[in-house]
Amino acid sequence: MSKAKIGVVVFPGSNCDHDAYNVCKHVLNADTKFLWHKDGSIEDRNVIILPGGFSYGDYLRCGAISRFSSIMTDVIRFADNGGIVIGICNGFQVLCESGLLPGALLRNENLKFICKTVSLKVENNKSIFTGKYDIKEDINIPIAHGEGNYYCDENTLSELISNNQILFSYNENPNGSLFNIAGIQSKHRNVLGMMPHPERASEKLLGNDDGKRLFESVVESIL
Amino acid sequence: MKFSSKIKITLRKSILDPQGKAIEHSLKSIGYDSILDTRIGKFIELLVEADSPEKAKQITDDACKKLLANPVMEDYEFETTEL
Repeated sequence: MSKAKIGVVVFPGSNCDHDAYNVCKHVLNADTKFLWHKDGSIEDRNVIILPGGFSYGDYLRCGAISRFSSIMTDVIRFADNGGIVIGICNGFQVLCESGLLPGALLRNENLKFICKTVSLKVENNKSIFTGKYDIKEDINIPIAHGEGNYYCDENTLSELISNNQILFSYNENPNGSLFNIAGIQSKHRNVLGMMPHPERASEKLLGNDDGKRLFESVVESIL
Repeated sequence: MKFSSKIKITLRKSILDPQGKAIEHSLKSIGYDSILDTRIGKFIELLVEADSPEKAKQITDDACKKLLANPVMEDYEFETTEL
């Protein structure tokens, strides 16, 4: 039995929190609870998920205001001590704004909100997030974002490449992301940020469970 | 003393500004051939209470660095005037 204790943070405007909760709690049967953004602590949780959505209405910049929510101080402390944090879509934007991941997410190159299933390549399967995938495996995961165009400076990009921090890339770049980047992990390999939504593709009943192994990889990494 | 800080935030020059480009194309299509480049940004106005102009500028700069602009992708500039 996994010792994973998952906390799904709920910001005002989060809308994928229940999907993430459902996968962890009801598909994987993991100990899962919601954490309100105003709470000052992540309690006994050892995996934190920052879900997708439009926290604070995406005002100012996506994720910029959530980054200063009370709970984020504890999430940053937790991540700095090696704790596992997963940011999906808006959660990825929050992680970039908070400095837990390098770079930023810009407006999609074509200025459109894109909502469709895309093909991703697993670039690195030696991470706690992708252990159950094959290297260079193609998986189908939905995206739904207007600001998913990953950007960082050249030095940061070379670091991401040389440290094997790029976990997922787009087979056909939908949004203009640098180097086709869809998901990255932190230098210390405990923080994942990705624009695609694995939580929306984790049950065969709903047509696709390519995302399920991401959550399984994490849960099984905590013994 | 009260001050007004007017802040301009734009995407860094090295970053493609697709909104600016779309507007530029529109301007060209209605005959503005002399407009060579268009960049779009944000304007934020703060009302600041401080003991001196220097202090008001410092508070504004700090707020820009911490929250209002993201240095990874944006540049900012501001003017602070006493009210």
